[in-house]
Amino acid sequence: MDIFIVWVEIFRHWLTVATGIPILAEIIVKAALTLGVIIFVLLNLIVLVWLERKLSAFFQMRRGPNRLGPAGFFQFPVDIVKMLGKEDIVPANADRPVFLIASICAFLTAIMAWAVIPLGRGLILEDLSIGIFYFIAIGSTGTIAFIMAGFSSNNKYALLGGMRAAAQMISYEIPMVFSLLGVIMITGSLTLSKIVEGQKSIWFIIPQILAFLCYFISSIAETNRGPFDMTEGEQELVGGYFLEYSGIRYALFMVAEYTHLVAVSAIAALVFLGGWNAPFGLTFIPGFIWMMLKIYFMIFLFMWVRWTFPRIRIDHLMHFGWKVLIPVSLINIVLTGIGIFVFRAITG
Amino acid sequence: MIRTEEMKLNFGPHHPSTHGVYRAVFTLEGEYITHCVNHLGYLHRGIEKLAESKTYNQFIPYNGRLDYVSGMMNEAAYVQAVEELMGISDQIPERAQYIRVIMSELQRIASHLVFYASMALDMAGSTPWFYGFRDRDRILDLFEMAAGNRMMPNYMRIGGVAADLNEEFLPTLRKLLDDMPKCIEEYNGILTGNEIFQARTIGVAPLSGEKALNYGMSGPSARASGIDYDLRRDEPYGIYDRFKFNVPVTQNGDTFDRYLVRLLEIEESVRILEQAYRDLSEGPVMAKVPKVIKPPAGEIFYRIEHSKGHFGFHIVSDGSNKPYRLRIYSPCFVNVAPFEEMAVGLHMQDAIATFASLDIILGEIDR
Repeated sequence: MDIFIVWVEIFRHWLTVATGIPILAEIIVKAALTLGVIIFVLLNLIVLVWLERKLSAFFQMRRGPNRLGPAGFFQFPVDIVKMLGKEDIVPANADRPVFLIASICAFLTAIMAWAVIPLGRGLILEDLSIGIFYFIAIGSTGTIAFIMAGFSSNNKYALLGGMRAAAQMISYEIPMVFSLLGVIMITGSLTLSKIVEGQKSIWFIIPQILAFLCYFISSIAETNRGPFDMTEGEQELVGGYFLEYSGIRYALFMVAEYTHLVAVSAIAALVFLGGWNAPFGLTFIPGFIWMMLKIYFMIFLFMWVRWTFPRIRIDHLMHFGWKVLIPVSLINIVLTGIGIFVFRAITG
Repeated sequence: MIRTEEMKLNFGPHHPSTHGVYRAVFTLEGEYITHCVNHLGYLHRGIEKLAESKTYNQFIPYNGRLDYVSGMMNEAAYVQAVEELMGISDQIPERAQYIRVIMSELQRIASHLVFYASMALDMAGSTPWFYGFRDRDRILDLFEMAAGNRMMPNYMRIGGVAADLNEEFLPTLRKLLDDMPKCIEEYNGILTGNEIFQARTIGVAPLSGEKALNYGMSGPSARASGIDYDLRRDEPYGIYDRFKFNVPVTQNGDTFDRYLVRLLEIEESVRILEQAYRDLSEGPVMAKVPKVIKPPAGEIFYRIEHSKGHFGFHIVSDGSNKPYRLRIYSPCFVNVAPFEEMAVGLHMQDAIATFASLDIILGEIDR
């Protein structure tokens, strides 16, 4: 897996020699890498949509897509082509500019989170010193896109969906951040690669099981997936905030949702499941593979939950967030603090 | 200037959880309903008027288009009404009577399974939907064996049933009956015991027994409110007095009870089916009835315990081969009425669950 890094170095070196301007070479390399990450995320998406369809079919005693490609694997690319061919409808009385940029905003914020997510040692676009903070901040801006979509559509169902998005995502951001705080306290760093290095001996899921549960639940709400898919609310709000979107703009929302899902799964894998550290000394399998396995394990959990439970009611959701998750994650912080204090007192 | 105002929301007729083309106008404050108005009639096909231009036998297929998830029962109600009007209801062969009971109870299970599935789906639980429809499909397969059609069977005839059961039918039924208890366990496991499901249904939109009576509700929706009345037991029609079964009744009348009563009824229907399967004897399936049905002049109101409630036919005959007037008493039409009152004060999500719990089929409401 270090071969990626070697390739990049060779490429960078060649560019520097060829152009003679190190800055230009740096810009080109960064652009190429960014493109690479986006392509990686989109490729992931194909697997993810296929997996979701197949898994839901498995849970529901169906077969799922099985026509295009092996086991229906190419269904999603073909769906995207279909979406591209659809008419792009903007409702007559919609707030046109806001309506048009909302879907792009949703997609961009979901992609931007990937700037700080490492997939292996050194496999990262920009190892920011405030990695986790950046991830959370970008995740919050995603909410704005949903509210924009809901309010600009000039549709009552979309408006209700936008309202729900605002309430839900803002209140679930807090337990999500709090649950990550325990790990940050232990490692003393916001850099994701340092957090992973800190899990060489023990994964943080063991001392931070409470935080992991809080993170898992609140990230379901953050990604708007069932049973917390209040903003979409197919049964009561028909489609929620993206009700009026059609064609590729609708697809962009879906893409954003799945990209976000991979991102939160990757963060869970990095922060709680040891990132690219191999368990049980199985180091002959490259770290990149371990990372992907952990991400997909988390994604499987998300899908399992989604296809098992009915949707919770929005006021129950708010009660649960404010009265259960936030206190529990706060208690976790206190316990972690005490634990660190005791540990230091013992070890000196 | 910031001000708040109530929002009028048009719920339906084309909305994913209106079970067809029902329409309600909600007045919303936030997401809570302060006022609700029912609008019906989007599926009106004039079936009652159509009946006046059809002979008695020609009207049988139209019954499948009333409550399209319990076609067999509609037909049973209609043919029994005509038989009663002609005064030949004591000449129906034993075997035909038993087949009618078997079909009716299978249809009741199928209808309740549709209820179970769509109730789950209205709460975004799409997995229970498939469990419900898996077993409903087996029942429809049985109908296909007997009648040749799955949803609009056209199987009952005035004087008996259209054809005898084929040799595959009874073994397949036996297998279904053997599997049913395990299936019911699965339904309960995946939905009834679910914490989210209970939180969303228990105590939601309770309807007192008195109110249910005042609205004229019947069937499982009324029994959930403590109205202990079942025509199969209290005014037995056909051969229902030969079977031993309980009538499940719950007292709270909330969404959860309306759901639970139906699941319990599936178990009771399985019990009736077991007895009917045991007692089914050989013999003819059709009484000797004239080719042209001409009931004597007069009128009759005949009702049965349908999967949704009391389902009745009021037939006025002038002695010709076509009914002078045929009126259909629809339980769904009655059961949807209290929704206006029940929805007030509910959250929109709960209103949809409550609506689903009333088990409405629009084909029967609008006729």
